[in-house]
Amino acid sequence: MSDSPKTSVEMREVRLAFDEKEILTGVSLAVPALSRLVVLGQSGSGKSTLLRLILGLLKPNAGEVMFNGLNVTRMGRLRLNRMRQKIGMVYQYSALISSLSVRDNLALPLEELTSKPRGEIDQLVDEKLTMVGMADARDKMPAELSGGMRKRVGLARGIIMDPELILYDEPTAGLDPVISSVIDELIISLSEKIGATSIIVTHEMESAFKVATHMAMLYQGKIIAADTPEGFKASNDPVVAQFIAGDTQGPILQATTS
Amino acid sequence: MVLRMFGPWSAIRTSLQHLSSVVWLLVDTAQEMGDRVVRGRLPFRLSIFFEQTNRTGVGSIGLVSLVSFFIGLTMALLTGYQLQTFGQERLVPGLVAISFTRELGPLMTGIMVAARIGAAYTAELGTMVVSEEAEAIEAMGIGPLRFLAGPRILAVFLLLPCLVVISNFTAMGGAALISRWAFDTPIRLFFDTALESMLIRDIVAGTIKSFLFGLIIGLVSCYKGLSVRGGAAGVGAATTSSVVTAITIVIAFDTLSNIVLVALFDQ
Repeated sequence: MSDSPKTSVEMREVRLAFDEKEILTGVSLAVPALSRLVVLGQSGSGKSTLLRLILGLLKPNAGEVMFNGLNVTRMGRLRLNRMRQKIGMVYQYSALISSLSVRDNLALPLEELTSKPRGEIDQLVDEKLTMVGMADARDKMPAELSGGMRKRVGLARGIIMDPELILYDEPTAGLDPVISSVIDELIISLSEKIGATSIIVTHEMESAFKVATHMAMLYQGKIIAADTPEGFKASNDPVVAQFIAGDTQGPILQATTS
Repeated sequence: MVLRMFGPWSAIRTSLQHLSSVVWLLVDTAQEMGDRVVRGRLPFRLSIFFEQTNRTGVGSIGLVSLVSFFIGLTMALLTGYQLQTFGQERLVPGLVAISFTRELGPLMTGIMVAARIGAAYTAELGTMVVSEEAEAIEAMGIGPLRFLAGPRILAVFLLLPCLVVISNFTAMGGAALISRWAFDTPIRLFFDTALESMLIRDIVAGTIKSFLFGLIIGLVSCYKGLSVRGGAAGVGAATTSSVVTAITIVIAFDTLSNIVLVALFDQ
């Protein structure tokens, strides 16, 4: 746990509460650079909240969030905006700007944040759309696309600035198995092609084991286990074992119902 | 304890919290736009700005002129009939001119723009917040305040005074027409008398108010839109609240500025 460049993101004893309801009760986590960390956890356990803390969209009540050795929790609005340009976020429901075409959605950060000429921007947009297999949808509006297509465009938008860190919020939730596999393979190939660290939040076990190089489990506001996928499969921890197996018998359901 | 939770104190505290948030919205928007300008770039996309000025300004001309025309007409007719009993209907042009440039023009236009444009801004931004579009813009580091709120606030701030000028002229037009018909005042004489009875301070007071009301409507509608919580119902509630709040604050500031201006200049 150090600030060396080999750690991309680090959280130290992060606590967060909404209206007196504690969501995170002391999360500590280190994400090695160039790894693909999958954060597992039940729905509503605060997984997406972790991503928003890394982006500085939420401020923790206590603890520190570091990105590339810089303290995100202490950054002002303008510094945060500059830091966010190095991070790509892929939303669960894509969050494409509905009034802009696919091309304009992807071009938006390039036009707003860089001085690249129009020709180069178009070239980059085409390149990223081809990477996710959506080159044909260039001139369509988001409303004309299916859920899976929108997700792929969201992915392309997430990587348009060649980020150092890509955050995925439930990238395969609600998609059919084939499209899920396509997205999983995209996550792997994108992280390798761009050379980016990835943090993937999911509760879909199959895709989790497919993409992960590292895994962590968030349970009752804390990271209760952080290991390799193999380590997770062999885990003796009753919560981890129950979650991976999807058993109805075990500590998770007891804690929820009690 | 109950009093502290539900009584006037809680209402005052909530109002002050909202007030400080609105002030911070203005400060943060200015800061984000300033940072862009310092870096030698435009604070926001000109295309978005002109789209908003077109909606706010050009799009409101019809409503503002129609309503102002009828109010001016009614005002001249009713006051004229009263003044006629004393043979003073020649006061009508001055009365309509001063009332509109100084008071009714900014006030009526403010109320119409708050209802027409403020509501649209809140609903638009609120929907973007609910669908996570606003957060996505923030997460990309684009700066949602300068990108979304900046052009809207500036558009209504700059275009409201223009609409007030249109409101004043159409109201005078309505008043002149009815005076010609009801009191036999020649139209030329009507406008000459109106011009003579107006003072520079009436026009200055009206202009200051117009800019102020534009700023209030822009800030309130963007603040309400960007702070939406709770899906479609939240957007509906925020839109209603945006219009009610903007109109209330506009009327409150109108009263306040009248008191201040009278105290300072009309003695």
